[in-house]
Amino acid sequence: MTERIGVYVCHCGSNIASVVDVASLAEKAKTWPQVVISRDYKYMCSDPGQEYIKKDIEEYGLSRVVVAACSPRMHESTFRRALEKAGLNGYLLEMANIREHCSWVTTDKQLATQKALNLTRAAVKRVVYHQPIVEREVSVNPATLVVGGGISGIQAALQVAEAGHLVYLVEKEAYIGGHMAQFDKTFPTLDCAACILTPKMVQVGDHPNITLLTSSEVTAVEGYVGNFTVTVREKPRYINPVECTGCGDCVAACVLKDTIPTDFDLGLSKRGAAYIPFPQAVPLRAVIDDKHCLLLNRKKCSMECVKACQRRAINFAQKDKYHTIQVGTIILATGYELFDAAKAPQYGFGRYDNVINGLQFERMTNASGPTQGKIVMKNGEEPKRVAILHCIGSRDANYQRYCSRVCCMSSVKFAHMVKDHTNAEVYEFYIDMRTFGKQYEEFYNRVLEEGVNFIRGKGAEVTKVDGQLVVRAEDTLLGAFREIPVDMVILNTALVPRHDAEHVAQVFGISRSADGFFLESHIKLDPVTTTTDGIYLAGCCQSPKDIPDSVAQGSAAAAQSLSVIATGKVKISPITASVNKELCAGCRICVGLCPFRSIQIDKATGRASINEAVCKGCGTCAAACPSGAITVLHFNDEQILAQIEGVLA
Amino acid sequence: MTGSFEPKIVGILCNWCSYAGADLAGTSRLKYPANIHIVRVMCSGRVDPTFVLKAFELGADGVLVSGCRPGDCHYVDGNYKTMRRTPLLENLLRQMGVEPARFRQVWVSASQGEIFARIVEEMVKDLKEIGPYMRQGGEDLA
Repeated sequence: MTERIGVYVCHCGSNIASVVDVASLAEKAKTWPQVVISRDYKYMCSDPGQEYIKKDIEEYGLSRVVVAACSPRMHESTFRRALEKAGLNGYLLEMANIREHCSWVTTDKQLATQKALNLTRAAVKRVVYHQPIVEREVSVNPATLVVGGGISGIQAALQVAEAGHLVYLVEKEAYIGGHMAQFDKTFPTLDCAACILTPKMVQVGDHPNITLLTSSEVTAVEGYVGNFTVTVREKPRYINPVECTGCGDCVAACVLKDTIPTDFDLGLSKRGAAYIPFPQAVPLRAVIDDKHCLLLNRKKCSMECVKACQRRAINFAQKDKYHTIQVGTIILATGYELFDAAKAPQYGFGRYDNVINGLQFERMTNASGPTQGKIVMKNGEEPKRVAILHCIGSRDANYQRYCSRVCCMSSVKFAHMVKDHTNAEVYEFYIDMRTFGKQYEEFYNRVLEEGVNFIRGKGAEVTKVDGQLVVRAEDTLLGAFREIPVDMVILNTALVPRHDAEHVAQVFGISRSADGFFLESHIKLDPVTTTTDGIYLAGCCQSPKDIPDSVAQGSAAAAQSLSVIATGKVKISPITASVNKELCAGCRICVGLCPFRSIQIDKATGRASINEAVCKGCGTCAAACPSGAITVLHFNDEQILAQIEGVLA
Repeated sequence: MTGSFEPKIVGILCNWCSYAGADLAGTSRLKYPANIHIVRVMCSGRVDPTFVLKAFELGADGVLVSGCRPGDCHYVDGNYKTMRRTPLLENLLRQMGVEPARFRQVWVSASQGEIFARIVEEMVKDLKEIGPYMRQGGEDLA
């Protein structure tokens, strides 16, 4: 087997060339077997760089190409296209990663040059064994699944639906709106959250292209980009949604009325087992909480709700419903949770009255909330001194290291709201003031002028002295330790991944970063896609975000989905495994190993056979096959062993 | 002699987490020894024990296999297959006289560039202590 190999060593400006002696590397490569041409060039990925490759393929009749440059995760597709333009199959390429894995991590020039040489030689040895591969193309189902009905999911769903495509919006709660529906005012404009959110919620509820599945969870995802099959479990709401008008008669009649602490108001108010969490809820239908309903739990209730409902909408016989949905793309917008301030016991949350978290404060200031918008202590009186503490659980090595990004602005907003609603003195304890967004700094300046006391220094402790709440902190501007007695403390807590994020990541087959949020393909340039083709991210499930950023990412995720839908076809990885029937002994080891159940034993022959449409090419089967009957395209034994040999030569 | 010994390490990394983690070490400009040479596979589950044995046969002083952290596998649970295979391979290597420090199987996520760099540093340090494979201790151990 004689191949004609071209080797191209990239300088990447000075990124590689300042550490690796690229000229000598290219010279050395010329001496290797089957290498007919070798060049170094300033930017191989540029048009002129690719032009060299194309011209050489034609002039020198190259049959294989090695590019020693950056990570293949960056530019493999670029160079594959270059080969294809010159009539060579794109898989007859191998890249040596001499930037991310070499020049950027090595200071010693000699060692770096030697390592680059080893890596390039390995690529040359490997590429000899490459085979032309035809990429698979599949048609795309134009329907989209959006998971999560907060503002990001709503935005994404509406955008795809407006473009004329079907959307399934799956929401775990009985109502859409997410955390934004709990807010009172939004910074920096002080728009009322409900005023800007509810029209969008109503639009979702009414949209002919949107199927809204509330009280629902995705339990399984199968398939791949373009053709996902999704199983959704819809929990019973014990109300017939067609008959229910949302009149609230059952809510008023429930014998448990005003006994169960609400999730929506974070325990600041109470509801019954039949309830509607807020007046603008979408869908505006009652729901019966099966955790508390006496009939569902103890089979014993006078069923006042049934008597009250004139539409006979209540149906206790409802069971879980499973829906099978076919979609081409998926947008995950599953949101966040608040850090549980009780995990930082020094702040007294859950121990002392009048120590509340940010969301509780939002509910308190909301006119439709538990106090009708009044900021009051537990005894019903207005506080005279209020402390707002930043970074509870954020920027803290003991809890979350990252900055939760929205808390400075929401704290400043809280300060404004306290000033607006009461005559209280406000003390705000901060480490840094991060007011980074459009009109944010202006808002901060406005609140400064309102006479809020900003104290630079993290609140260290909230304690009680003679029945009086006291905040202790070091004021780093004064250089003094301070103890400030207050009537109410608002803890602005970190945004953390939802408790079930790990499970969700597994169901959808996506990765999470070290902090637990879902991982994007590229932190800067690909913030919306995941490494699973066809699954996109929006909102706080990817990282903490404010509303403008969540909305923007929702739109971006929709655009990604729509671009796949518009093409109508997607290329899927051609890297799959196959079985050599001659060698297969039918031992079945591979069958149990396959994560995708793509291997079956052919009844007629007793040999394994792989369903290539389902195979994702991980190669676990090939690694375990005792008779070496299974090979993986582009990652076969010969190729990998040649590469190992190459680095060690 | 031992001062100038530079161990050759073959690192077999999965494409989705560990290779990306090694890329991140690069983009973050972290520095770690140049001794490791990375070979990419799609999943750590693809790592045939033969690859490891072959690397030692061809003169590697150490082999590192790295996959996604448990629960994070791009192929659902390919890394769990690796996890189950590793003790068997370690047993085999021990029987062949390969010191335990020469083979490491770790989990590195796409966001753990720093951890990857530290693992390489540790491994190089350990290998410098025990010296080259075969050239020094092979017969004794056999």
